[in-house]
Amino acid sequence: MLTVLLILIPFIAGLIAFGLKGSGPKVLGMISSLATVVIAIGSWCRFRTAPDSLNFVANWIPQLGSQFHVGLDGMGVMLCLLTAIASLLVFITIYNRNYEKANVFYGLMLLSQAGLTGVFTAFDALQFYIFWELALIPVYFLCSLWGGEKRIAVTFKFFVYTFLGSLLMLIGIIYLYSQTPDHSFSWASFTSMQVNPEDQKWLFWLFFVAFAIKMPVFPFHTWQPDTYEQSPTPVTMILSGVMVKMGLFGVIRWLLPVLPQGAAMWSDVAIVLCIIGIIYASCIAMVQNDLKRLIAYSSIAHIGLMCAAIFANNEQSLQGIMVQMFNHGINIIGLWIIVEVIQNRLGIKNLDQMGGMAQKAPRMAIFLVIISLANIGLPLTNGFIGEFLMFSGLFQYNHWFMAFAGLGIILSAVYTLGMIQKVIFGEGNELTATTTDLQPGETLALSLVVIMIIVLGVYPKPMLDLVSGTSEVVSKLF
Amino acid sequence: MNALISTALSGVVLMFVGLFVRNKQHIKFFAIAAILIAFIANLAQYPAVEHGGYIMYGMIEVTKFGVLFNAVALGATLLYFLLSGSEFEKVGEHVADYFALIFFILAGISLATSFSNLLMLFLAIEIMSIPQYILAGADKKSLKSNEASLKYFLMGSFSTGILLMGITLIYGAAGTFDISGLGLGAESVHPLALCGIILMVFALAFKVSAVPFHFWTPDVYDGSPTVFTSFMSTVVKAGGFVAFLRMFHSSFAGGNISEHWTLILSIITAATLVLGNFSAVFQQSVKRMLAYSSIAQAGFMLFAIVAMNNRGAEGIILYAAAYSIATIGVFAVLMKLKDYTFEGFNGLARKQPLLAGAVAVFLFSLAGIPVTAGFFAKYFVLSAAIEHGHILWLVLIAVLCAAISVYYYFRVIIAMYFKQGEPEVEAVSGGFKAALVLAIALVLVLGLFPNLLLCWL
Repeated sequence: MLTVLLILIPFIAGLIAFGLKGSGPKVLGMISSLATVVIAIGSWCRFRTAPDSLNFVANWIPQLGSQFHVGLDGMGVMLCLLTAIASLLVFITIYNRNYEKANVFYGLMLLSQAGLTGVFTAFDALQFYIFWELALIPVYFLCSLWGGEKRIAVTFKFFVYTFLGSLLMLIGIIYLYSQTPDHSFSWASFTSMQVNPEDQKWLFWLFFVAFAIKMPVFPFHTWQPDTYEQSPTPVTMILSGVMVKMGLFGVIRWLLPVLPQGAAMWSDVAIVLCIIGIIYASCIAMVQNDLKRLIAYSSIAHIGLMCAAIFANNEQSLQGIMVQMFNHGINIIGLWIIVEVIQNRLGIKNLDQMGGMAQKAPRMAIFLVIISLANIGLPLTNGFIGEFLMFSGLFQYNHWFMAFAGLGIILSAVYTLGMIQKVIFGEGNELTATTTDLQPGETLALSLVVIMIIVLGVYPKPMLDLVSGTSEVVSKLF
Repeated sequence: MNALISTALSGVVLMFVGLFVRNKQHIKFFAIAAILIAFIANLAQYPAVEHGGYIMYGMIEVTKFGVLFNAVALGATLLYFLLSGSEFEKVGEHVADYFALIFFILAGISLATSFSNLLMLFLAIEIMSIPQYILAGADKKSLKSNEASLKYFLMGSFSTGILLMGITLIYGAAGTFDISGLGLGAESVHPLALCGIILMVFALAFKVSAVPFHFWTPDVYDGSPTVFTSFMSTVVKAGGFVAFLRMFHSSFAGGNISEHWTLILSIITAATLVLGNFSAVFQQSVKRMLAYSSIAQAGFMLFAIVAMNNRGAEGIILYAAAYSIATIGVFAVLMKLKDYTFEGFNGLARKQPLLAGAVAVFLFSLAGIPVTAGFFAKYFVLSAAIEHGHILWLVLIAVLCAAISVYYYFRVIIAMYFKQGEPEVEAVSGGFKAALVLAIALVLVLGLFPNLLLCWL
């Protein structure tokens, strides 16, 4: 029942928010996201004692053998927690902003949260597909209504891209469904059947392309920098913090266990694509002048590493990637909060027009440094443990792959430190001289991020324990 | 059977009502009442056929499937009357006649769902077609309407001729008109029958505007009065599909006979999908875009016939319902606008949020986005094709085309929600809004619980 509440609360709050006026939507959004954080933590506790009680099954379309089946495993709990925390952070950060048509803005934000939670909890393939699409629609409207100048064309490209990918996945799902002995969409029957290896060969691509577009993995990434740049920053936080995890989640939940031989056959190709993406995106990030695009490309590089680690297919790398999904989400949201602050104060996002902000906004500068260091995986920050596990898993799989992927770490230090230098150090100018430091809401959000960074960096055990069950199960099936 | 009788009677009665009742509003109410009666009468027959068909003189066989499809067609028409019934009087003076013609078309459709004899098939197709020629030319003073009517009539007559030739050849091969007794599924197929089947494929492809027999469609749909385009491109087209499905399902399926036409129909399907979708992308007028989109959607419905299995039969019912409701709804809003171009929709969301929201839901449904009826419609026809097993290439083409279709459907959504503008909108009545809300609810309910419709099958 807790699992259903995780979807229902933001969904109902979202519908109500459409009808509210003034600061009503803001307050409602805050209440709803606080409630979901509490419930997500509650389901974590419940998961340790009685994991089966998190399942909820109801009849949906009996003729098709499709049920409404939500449930949580370790990875699900972790991602639902991330989704809830992400939306809480977003709502805290933008509490003092006044958006035009705020009721629609908050309503759509909450609906997208509901859709995302639905994706992470679905144990029925058809239901998974439906939530997968539903999470997209509110984001499409958010980007198109509140985005930058080129928003319409850019978000449209984003939509068509992901829609095409998900249709390919739908074919795969229907094909697998027709092969199941009991004609059912449930995860259990998908994973327990033995799909003919010849079929796995091509079915793999139907699923992988859908997930790769969402992550995004080179060469399916072209929508991503434009969309991140043009979207309003709160939406970018959700997009890069949570939504890209849908792709990784999809691979772990629906690709590896269902098509293990297909994945084994193509894992080298997938890893090579990821590594090309890591190096390519890092190089572009180094010469990027636009702050938002820089972070967008850095995100491609980080996701590339995670995706490569999935296909290295051992328990260690899987555990690493799951921990890293959470930590990357937190870190990148922290970075976007700072971008939001800078854009709010200066109204620009070009790096060459910034500089010297450390003097005017010292608190922001400290937060930026800590979050950036976490983002490049410095020891004692949360980014370290995940990257360490992923690299060691990748090393066991193939030394060369690990060596090339490791280049990404070095390059990420180069562009991240370069960004810090350009934003907060150096000479100030007239524009940056007018900057003011963080407001209370922003400070609160960033402090929460930094607390999580340090706590999970020093003591990552709870998170590792949470996901270890899932990684064991998946790596055995694989 | 009940549907056939009640619609035919209503048609005749309405023609006389036109003589005595001058008030157009009253005529509309009368028509709505008549369609309600037909709807209920049709459903009343359901218990009788639930466990097996009911055959009349070897000519008509009422089945569960037929009754259910009639219900969909009559229900969609009811919605159409509620939404667009008051547009009839803008076309011309003879409102009662237009309503009567629509009832005759419905009589044709209910025959098309229940024929069991090739002659009845021919009659059904003709009863469906002839009133359409008249409706296409109903706007007598408009040159385009006249052109549409003439074009439709000429092309339609040709295709009817081809259908008749096909029927004759099949009769020559089988020696009977009874569709269940044709016995064509035997080891070797008579060459005459083969020619007959191919001719029938062509004729029926014309009726459902499949490529390359689609050339009449954009001009006719664009030239006809919009209110009639809305009906012709939805309910009537779905009726054509049911005739197609029934004919092929009972006579040409199974054995080695289906091998002879599956490939040709697959190619027709692929061509319909590709051409319909690509042409729709380049249109400037929403009305013409909808004409091409109806060709594209026909491509999806053809899947059900190519696949020829139970999923396909379920799919075509759901598709007919989803597609008809959505298209009738979009047309109803379109008629309230002065400007039929995409720019005409600019800023509609600000001025008329309900209308814009309704159009958005309908277009989502046409594009096949989940939680709308269109998603499950596409789901069923695609899974029919996947179950068939040998036409996966066609499924891939369909998926690419579905992604393209998002482009032109979303152009309208982008115009309504993200662009500034002052659209000229006619005043809309409360009844219209209520009907629109009903249509939205139907689309969403079928999108969440398609089994509400399919459990009757």
